[in-house]
Amino acid sequence: MGADMGSDRKEEKMPERRKFLTSILRGLGAATVGGLAWTGFMDGKKAYPLVLRPPGAIPEEDFLAKCTKCGICAEACPYDALIISAPGDERPPGTPYFIAREKPCRMCRDIPCAVACPTGALDRSLVSERGEKGGMKLNIDLSKMGLAVIDRETCIAYWGIQCDACYRACPLIDKAVTVEYIRNERTGKHALLAPAIHSDHCTGCGICEHVCVTKKASVFVLPRAVAMGESSARYIKGWEKEDEQRIVDLPEETQTITPRSEKDPLDYLNKEEF
Amino acid sequence: MGMIRKHRYLISRRTSQISIMLLFIAGNVLGWKVLAGNLSTSKVLGAVHLADPFAVIQIFATGNSVSSEALVGALIIILFFGVFAGRAFCSWVCPVNILTDMAGWLRKKIPGESGERTLLMSRNVRYWVIGISLVLSLFTGVAAFEWISPISMLHRGIIFGMGMGWTAVLAVFLFDLLMVRNGFCGHVCPLGGFYSLIGRFSLLRVRHDREKCTLCMRCIETCPERQVLPMVGKQTALVSSGECSNCARCIEVCDDKAMEFVGKFFSAKKQDEKEGILS
Repeated sequence: MGADMGSDRKEEKMPERRKFLTSILRGLGAATVGGLAWTGFMDGKKAYPLVLRPPGAIPEEDFLAKCTKCGICAEACPYDALIISAPGDERPPGTPYFIAREKPCRMCRDIPCAVACPTGALDRSLVSERGEKGGMKLNIDLSKMGLAVIDRETCIAYWGIQCDACYRACPLIDKAVTVEYIRNERTGKHALLAPAIHSDHCTGCGICEHVCVTKKASVFVLPRAVAMGESSARYIKGWEKEDEQRIVDLPEETQTITPRSEKDPLDYLNKEEF
Repeated sequence: MGMIRKHRYLISRRTSQISIMLLFIAGNVLGWKVLAGNLSTSKVLGAVHLADPFAVIQIFATGNSVSSEALVGALIIILFFGVFAGRAFCSWVCPVNILTDMAGWLRKKIPGESGERTLLMSRNVRYWVIGISLVLSLFTGVAAFEWISPISMLHRGIIFGMGMGWTAVLAVFLFDLLMVRNGFCGHVCPLGGFYSLIGRFSLLRVRHDREKCTLCMRCIETCPERQVLPMVGKQTALVSSGECSNCARCIEVCDDKAMEFVGKFFSAKKQDEKEGILS
């Protein structure tokens, strides 16, 4: 092909090519605008931390990715406790949750919801343990749907009125809920029979919240990520041998950097206001 | 009898769409095992899982995997529509289609609304939306289209409770009624786009017979995806575009029997076709 011919062709082709590029750019522009609006909408829906998931639910972030919103878990629930969120529920649309005060999880031994999940958003291995024969066996007591939290100021047992509704109703009585005898300072001669929740056993089923006698429940289930703190690695219960294991793997030297610690401690003591 | 015959495919499609939804409702309300779940993921007869392949692909785009049940379920769907039925999901299963067909029918009754579009929009928008869905799934970590899909809102709403989902459904209806003819299903919906892509090579096809055609053009007028019928009146050929949803409206509307369903490769008239093209 000659050089002149080539340049002629180029001139002819330019408008076509330009048209094509413009249309691609225009498409990309529209896609970006649409995508941004779309993301904004989704972020608003995702930011609902107080949702209680069925037993066996994998961590919330993965759960939202894996759940296909089919509702088979809700259909499998014999107590109709699971709700499939509809737009306007302020929860991620189409995902299953329960409202403990209204219909708590009844902790079925065969965990039909988790077993029915076709996608692995509810992972039955999280609610299974190794049985005597070596195979995996379902155990609903292993589920971690949330953690019950007591408001001691409105709980009437902490006032000194006898109530053990939550304690009696708890499927893991004496493990997840215990009653502590506390001296009643007001009368000086009675005990408060005060309920206490233990996070290592509480499954977050919400039956305590369901049965609580106060107007608005004084014991209520929150997602564990919301309800629990996290201890620092270097605070050790020195009186517990097992707890000391936590520092074994940590490096000996450690440094915590805060705006204050950037300067020499002596400088800070001598020159800075504190 | 003539009326029924004239609308035999419409009646079949509505029967198919409505009975699938009724079976899902019965699965939730009565505990029937025929169809449990919804169109996103379902369990058939208590045994086989089916899954929306586009949803599964979005989940993969988030960097997650799905269980083997869901993966197999998605493959069954891809095989059924990809090998056999083409884009038939849209006109034989999807409940939104009932709504948008209604909007399309009403649109014709609006005086002065004869034009193809009020708003100019490319039919390729749906493929862009597929792309955006996957990119957003990657960045947000959730299956992006599943969060805003009016299809999900409608079928899940019918089965499990609608909530505010009706607003999205109404928006789709009004979009089709007032803004773009066949706007949602024919331009925007990425699920339709997805089935267009996988339905391109399916066996079930509409065949146009040039010999019988009297050029009344009613097939093109009625077709919700007009661009798939370039051969009408020109040559005998199969509708080859994956964007044809096998809704069979062109077959019903044709009084000359110039349109019919055939199986690609199995058509006895294959030889004729070649001759038709040559002549």
